Amino acid sequence: MNHTNVQAVPNTAFDVQKIRQDFPILHQQVHGKPLAYLDNAASAQRPQCVIDAVCRYETHDHANVHRGVHTLSERATQAYENAREKVRSYINAASVSECVYVRGTTEAINLVANAWGQNNVKAGDEILISWMEHHSNIVPWQMLCARTGAKLVVAPITPRGEIDMEKFAALLSDRTRLVAVGHISNALGTVNPIRDIIALAHDRDIPVLIDGAQAMPHTRVDVQDLDVDFYAFSGHKMFAPTGIGVLYAKTRYLERMPPYQGGGEMILAVNFERSVYNELPYKFEAGTPNIAGAVGLGAAIDYLGALDFAALLEHEQHLLDYATEQLSSLSGIRLIGTARKKASVVSFVLENIHAHDLGTIVDSDGVAIRTGHHCAMPVMDYFEVPATARASFAFYNTVDEIDALTNALKKAQRMFA
Amino acid sequence: MELRDLYQEIIVDHNRRPRNFGALSGFTHSAQGFNPLCGDKLTLYIVIDDNDVIKEISFEGSGCAISVASASLLTESLKGQPIARADQLFAQLHEVFTNSEEPDELEKLGKLGALAGVRAYPSRVKCASLSWHALNNALHGDRTDENTATTE
Repeated sequence: MNHTNVQAVPNTAFDVQKIRQDFPILHQQVHGKPLAYLDNAASAQRPQCVIDAVCRYETHDHANVHRGVHTLSERATQAYENAREKVRSYINAASVSECVYVRGTTEAINLVANAWGQNNVKAGDEILISWMEHHSNIVPWQMLCARTGAKLVVAPITPRGEIDMEKFAALLSDRTRLVAVGHISNALGTVNPIRDIIALAHDRDIPVLIDGAQAMPHTRVDVQDLDVDFYAFSGHKMFAPTGIGVLYAKTRYLERMPPYQGGGEMILAVNFERSVYNELPYKFEAGTPNIAGAVGLGAAIDYLGALDFAALLEHEQHLLDYATEQLSSLSGIRLIGTARKKASVVSFVLENIHAHDLGTIVDSDGVAIRTGHHCAMPVMDYFEVPATARASFAFYNTVDEIDALTNALKKAQRMFA
Repeated sequence: MELRDLYQEIIVDHNRRPRNFGALSGFTHSAQGFNPLCGDKLTLYIVIDDNDVIKEISFEGSGCAISVASASLLTESLKGQPIARADQLFAQLHEVFTNSEEPDELEKLGKLGALAGVRAYPSRVKCASLSWHALNNALHGDRTDENTATTE
């Protein structure tokens, strides 16, 4: 038995077993053991209602959107735009025209770096990010800097894995054109103080982009309340399909941004002298979009919206506390990322066992974790580790699954002893 | 395929106590192996004499148990061997790593046969082959290049 302070009893306010019934993929065996899917920060799983919504759309309603006058095209357009309204409502955007469909967070950030960056960043300007960013919130800015002669400035982090806010504030200057930081770190689990960050930047009239990829499955985001200028997120991290995501941006920014890509859908009129671009948000949606993905995203939002989020967060906090305590009891473990405010992500290294060996060994017990640099190589450099193992939890995970992980790690330690 | 077929005792042992570990002074050939996906990084150092025989060979770096054990076994099996033997082993192991069928010549590989377990773990083949690609680069690579083999 485990002797712990954090009780291994199910949270009574949140019926996790009932929730698990909504996710068919969880009910399978891997290598003869029950699957413990603890890689949710890489991609979360879909509830049956999302799978059904996509299936229903593909089976009955598919046609191209905003094109035809026939019935299926009307239905597809309605399904696609209904989903956009669900997005708007979920993040409390002022208008659906501020919600641009993209492939995912990466494309959203690239869109801003290109379309906004083109007219607003020049040689000598600075883009301020943090040391804990995902590569997708580093590389697009590096590319923008290379094109324009601007400079990428990186706010340092502390040994706990938090942004050093004093240094961050000191790095804001008259040269700063944009602040771009993650809401929650995928590699460390840190919940960043984005309200403070936005307030500091706005004091100097600097717009802020928030990479919300990891935040959407764990928080309720109100873009107007945050007063954030750009907010980027992916469907597949929030129980929707891959290949769909959203860039939220304030109208006054979107209006002044040139199109990101040219093609169909993003125009009102084309002749060989010039084209007239479509209105928002279609100006940024060239080509036939991922309609089924948008439908799936809408269904995922319906699902999330119906959950008791306070109970859900309590359950996730319980998982985090329990995992932190159980893993801390292992000899030779070092937790990477011990921020005071964390989402349910535990990154760690075990003495004398490389993360990739851990990944293979725990997989043989049915436990899926991520191992590697988590697309955050600067974070690995900061903590002087080549890679970490990372267990990341969704609300459908259980303490039993954390026990399976802990036991599998002990098995690895015995193998390598 | 059982986990123990991958992490055989000999693999665990060579990971725990890598043979011929550390830099060599006066090497004639060297190459790096880098797997950006895992962060595995190792450097091979080789001294080849006038008769094309590997007189000394060592490696240093860090990586998972499979890549470290593979590099350790590599150095152990090639010390004192002619370059031609290194080429032969490289080709044989390449065959072992990339063919799903049980190779006929597994016993001929001796201790190196322990590496064959990776065939059942496609994502780990690159770990086992990293040092061998570095070896091939060290012996036959363009000497003016940085001589970094990558497996990803």
